[in-house]
Amino acid sequence: MFAYYFQLGLRSLRRNPALTALMVMAIGFGVAASMTTYSVFRAVSGNPIPDKSAQLFTPQVDSWGPQQNLKGNEPPDALDYVDAVALLHAHAAKRQTMLYKVQLAVMPDANRDLPLNASGYAVGSDFFTMFEVPFRYGGGWSAQDDESRAADVVISADLNQKLFGGANSVGRTINFGGHDYRVVGVASHWNPQPRFYDLFDNDDFAEEPDFYMPFSRALDLQMYTGARNSCRGKLSFTNWTDYTQSNCVWISPWVELDSPAEVASYRSFLTNYSAEQQRAGRFGWAPNMRLRDVAQWMDYQQVVPPESRISLMVALGFFLICLVNTIGLLLAKFMRRAGEIGVRRALGATRGEIYTQYLIEAGTVGLAGGVLGLLLTAVGVGGVGVLFRPEIARLAKLDPSLVALTFALSIVATVLAAFYPAWRAAHVQPAWQLKSS
Amino acid sequence: MNIQIRPILVALRRHKAGTLLIALQIALTLAIVCNALFIIHQRLTNLSEVSGVDESSVFVIRNQWAADWPTPQVDAQVKADLLALRQLPAVRDATPVSGGYPLSGGGWDNFVTLTPDQPKPVTDSAVYTGDEHYIDTLGLRLIAGRNFRPDEVMVMGTQQSITPAAAIVSKALADKLFPDGNALGKSFYAMSPTPSTIIGIVDPLHRQGVDQYSNGYAGQALIWPLRADDSRGIFYMVRAKPGQLAAAMREAPQALYAQSRMRIIDPKDGIQDYATIRRKVFDSDRGMAILMGIICVVLLAITAAGIVGLTSFWVGQRRKQIGVRRALGARQRDILTYFLTENFLISAAGVALGTVLAIAFNLWTVTRFAMSPMSMAYVGVGVLVLILLGQGAVLAPALRASRVSPVEATRSV
Repeated sequence: MFAYYFQLGLRSLRRNPALTALMVMAIGFGVAASMTTYSVFRAVSGNPIPDKSAQLFTPQVDSWGPQQNLKGNEPPDALDYVDAVALLHAHAAKRQTMLYKVQLAVMPDANRDLPLNASGYAVGSDFFTMFEVPFRYGGGWSAQDDESRAADVVISADLNQKLFGGANSVGRTINFGGHDYRVVGVASHWNPQPRFYDLFDNDDFAEEPDFYMPFSRALDLQMYTGARNSCRGKLSFTNWTDYTQSNCVWISPWVELDSPAEVASYRSFLTNYSAEQQRAGRFGWAPNMRLRDVAQWMDYQQVVPPESRISLMVALGFFLICLVNTIGLLLAKFMRRAGEIGVRRALGATRGEIYTQYLIEAGTVGLAGGVLGLLLTAVGVGGVGVLFRPEIARLAKLDPSLVALTFALSIVATVLAAFYPAWRAAHVQPAWQLKSS
Repeated sequence: MNIQIRPILVALRRHKAGTLLIALQIALTLAIVCNALFIIHQRLTNLSEVSGVDESSVFVIRNQWAADWPTPQVDAQVKADLLALRQLPAVRDATPVSGGYPLSGGGWDNFVTLTPDQPKPVTDSAVYTGDEHYIDTLGLRLIAGRNFRPDEVMVMGTQQSITPAAAIVSKALADKLFPDGNALGKSFYAMSPTPSTIIGIVDPLHRQGVDQYSNGYAGQALIWPLRADDSRGIFYMVRAKPGQLAAAMREAPQALYAQSRMRIIDPKDGIQDYATIRRKVFDSDRGMAILMGIICVVLLAITAAGIVGLTSFWVGQRRKQIGVRRALGARQRDILTYFLTENFLISAAGVALGTVLAIAFNLWTVTRFAMSPMSMAYVGVGVLVLILLGQGAVLAPALRASRVSPVEATRSV
């Protein structure tokens, strides 16, 4: 019966071409607008590290005090040097890393006569296991290398391609800004988006970093951050020592905590640390710490651009209007055939059968709308660069799941919209219809 | 003209579902269209924000140093670079810049106070740095006071916090700090232990960003006479002679590389003219305006088409009744008026509900995204547009109805 009703539905699409075209277009445009904006929203709000996001936490320590804190007495979004080094040495979590962005130049060599820009991170040895960095060659460095401030470096596949033609470069040497580094690993393409581990720099959708070097080595070379720093009060530093003793925050800390017990124990560690600082006279206020996991941190930092959220809401509203429109048009389309329904009912068709038939017919409209919607979504996702910043637009992709969702949404929505019109059709009084014709 | 409203209302009661659907569609359309128009207008206003810069002839070079030079060496190189740039035939002037430039996106901002120990700052301000060529290079309008003297320009090494004794501020910042006027000669503290005295006032001067966060200090900027000898890198802002922007942008990197090759100027976006800078910083504003524009147009078209569709259906259903009315003496005009009035009544109900929805949606964006509340003018325009749209959409089916012949009354279908 389904196949027969489906055929009837297809045939009826051709019966009122104008009305049908109108419905198909309404569904198509509505679905396409929703799907295009959703593809962007999905990309910017997705979980960048799904299997570990609940185990990774970023601790915040209140080093500024209630007078100078962020809105709502929120402590600074990153650590200053003193707290970063203290937390690192306390080693209160199973795995931990400090990190900050560094800009370096690859010095010219036999193959290039101009230096090359390289942007990367100073990180701890745990970084690679904590964030599940995949490697093409080699691996990260050891905790011992952290201790000894080794001149190790992990480079991206792209930089490896540029410098070594993509060959296994483990053990080779790179000169960054006048210092030699030994390549210990080459990462496969790894660029979680949004870049949850460095939201402090407001560069959430940046391109893949070129390298990772030991945090301890970067401090040893007195490398200043290559990105943001945020300070309070009166500033008068003129050298590395003064700067590292200032209240400027620029280091993002991360810890891995596997169980609620570990989380609780790290919390009390942070509180105790702050209390200690208060006793020592460094903080003139009560402990005020935060320990947010990846999802909470992304939410707090408002990673999803408001544009993306607003356009998704507007597009969904638009789709809702298209559906209301479709309900009206389906009603008109079905009720026009009241006579036909009357005859069928008089010949013994049950209400349920009429109901099923018209729902299936609506499904065919939804299917046709889905086809149009898919075409328009493809156009929309292709042209999304006109609507969003390029670094966000490039994340929007038309993949199989989006195709499936487009069809599912248009068919389900149209069938839902058809509930009332089909109910009206099923309640046509046969006697009335037969009488008037 | 005598319009009979009661019979229309009675007839509408027999088409409850259709009436309700059209009214609901009009309401939702109004809610979305008003807010979309509001967003479009807001974003377009952003797009035309003035920077104060002579945008047609200024460009920016992002210059990164390859080696980790000590400050004196960087200083010597920066001075040599500037000399070389200023001597180029197509170049009018050049200045060294750090902490961003107008419309650069993010950048340096400091809290400003009037006394050194004031706990709550008066305001936040964009901080720019440059030498005595800054004002001429950007093409800023100096409305009071004087420019920096060469001897006032200080060296700022890597990550150093240096406070010059002199500063030039934007008029907006001067007015904020000293509402009584006469800011010239007065001093302020910008997170600094020593004060800076205002020696000049420029107007206008845009902050670096265009985001929600920095909107709080829109238009407020200060310029410190500092040469940014940061070992990581520097921005050179260059002003070409009139009509010679392209030539200057070609000459500049060659001149710099001739000075030293230990630098990186990204071949992709290391040199940008202001048209590009402006386009990039307002990317999301322009995108939102376009998206809302498309949604508005398509939405109005679909709503109009929906009204045409349903009204046509009603006309088809009522041909016999129309015939009867015509046979009983109703003129064509009466039938036309009937359908127009019917649509007007439905639309009126729709826009009434829509106004409530529009305001509710706006309030949601205000609380959720800190957007500003919408002026009722948008709702007014939206209401007018939708009423006219409804009347326009119903016109064709209504005309068709008015041409129904009285003979139809005698036919059975």
